[in-house]
Amino acid sequence: MSTQVQHKIKSVKPINTDFEVRTQHSMCTNQSELDRPLWTNWKYLLAGILFGIILVKSEVISWFRIQEMFRLQSFHMYGVIGSAVVVGIISVWLIKKFKLKSLEGEEIKIESKHFNKGQVYGGLLFGLGWAITGACPGPLFAQIGTGAAVIIITLLSAIAGTWVYGLVRERLPH
Amino acid sequence: MKFLEWLREPWPWYVAGPVIGLTVPLLLLLGNKSFGISSALRHVCAACLPAKIPFFTYDWKKEVWNLFFVGGVLFGGFLAAQYVASPNPVQIHPDLAADLQQYGITNYSNMIPVDVFSWNQLFTIRGLVMMIGGGFLVGFGTRYAGGCTSGHAIMGLSNLQWPSLVATICFMAGGFIMANLMLPYILKL
Repeated sequence: MSTQVQHKIKSVKPINTDFEVRTQHSMCTNQSELDRPLWTNWKYLLAGILFGIILVKSEVISWFRIQEMFRLQSFHMYGVIGSAVVVGIISVWLIKKFKLKSLEGEEIKIESKHFNKGQVYGGLLFGLGWAITGACPGPLFAQIGTGAAVIIITLLSAIAGTWVYGLVRERLPH
Repeated sequence: MKFLEWLREPWPWYVAGPVIGLTVPLLLLLGNKSFGISSALRHVCAACLPAKIPFFTYDWKKEVWNLFFVGGVLFGGFLAAQYVASPNPVQIHPDLAADLQQYGITNYSNMIPVDVFSWNQLFTIRGLVMMIGGGFLVGFGTRYAGGCTSGHAIMGLSNLQWPSLVATICFMAGGFIMANLMLPYILKL
């Protein structure tokens, strides 16, 4: 890269395409500013257990259900995701309307998502993978829990995919 | 006991969907956390192999709640399979069953087809493409998109974010293309 180009890049405000982690100054999944001791995370473990049981019992983790969804052979997955979104929309609306606080007394904040081309390219790539594995990241964990130990390999490969994305992201269109 | 029998049945969408939706306010109220699972994969990278990559150099310990959550999902899967598993094979659409039969997928005893996803299939070409290739696409794609089904399709749409709608449409488009146009060739491998 020539020095001229480098200079140009420096003078332009860097576009932050990382909307998830606060340490990189933008949207993150954890809006809480509080630094809580490790043991206080047990409640997220419980929430996860509840979520995992639902994923199994509703067969959302079933490879067959995902195939039926993408072949329009069953309404099940559309019903699950659709009703989840409706309940989510009502909940978030209520939280905002009544300005509810979290149990730790913080005002609840939800960052906006900013559009970038990654949502298109990455979205398509994830869609391809979703139909092959029959699992998005949550169900991968639940499938392993049900005893499908070989899915550990799929999960490790997903972690490798995430790592490779981190490695090459500066060179990808965003 | 009627209740336990009911628990063992597969739960209908109108029970499971709303409860999944309630995860959104649950995490917000518990501690101001936005629902999202694929971030956990990133935190694992940041914790285990940051390799000085800027994308992984952050204080992952502040996001450790996410790892507790996915740990819970794994344990929840164990509990459900151990104590309230449905005694019957997975019900599947007859057209899908007929189609899968051509590729030697006939075992419905599990939620994942053991004819494809198993240790002895791992070193076949089909097994490699589906387990390793599929997993890689899931990890790479979700991070590139900035979220997965939970972060975009559920959390993002709940907060009426149009970029999440774009992402969700692309997830579905990718899935339709794979399941209908590409997977038939992969399953033949």
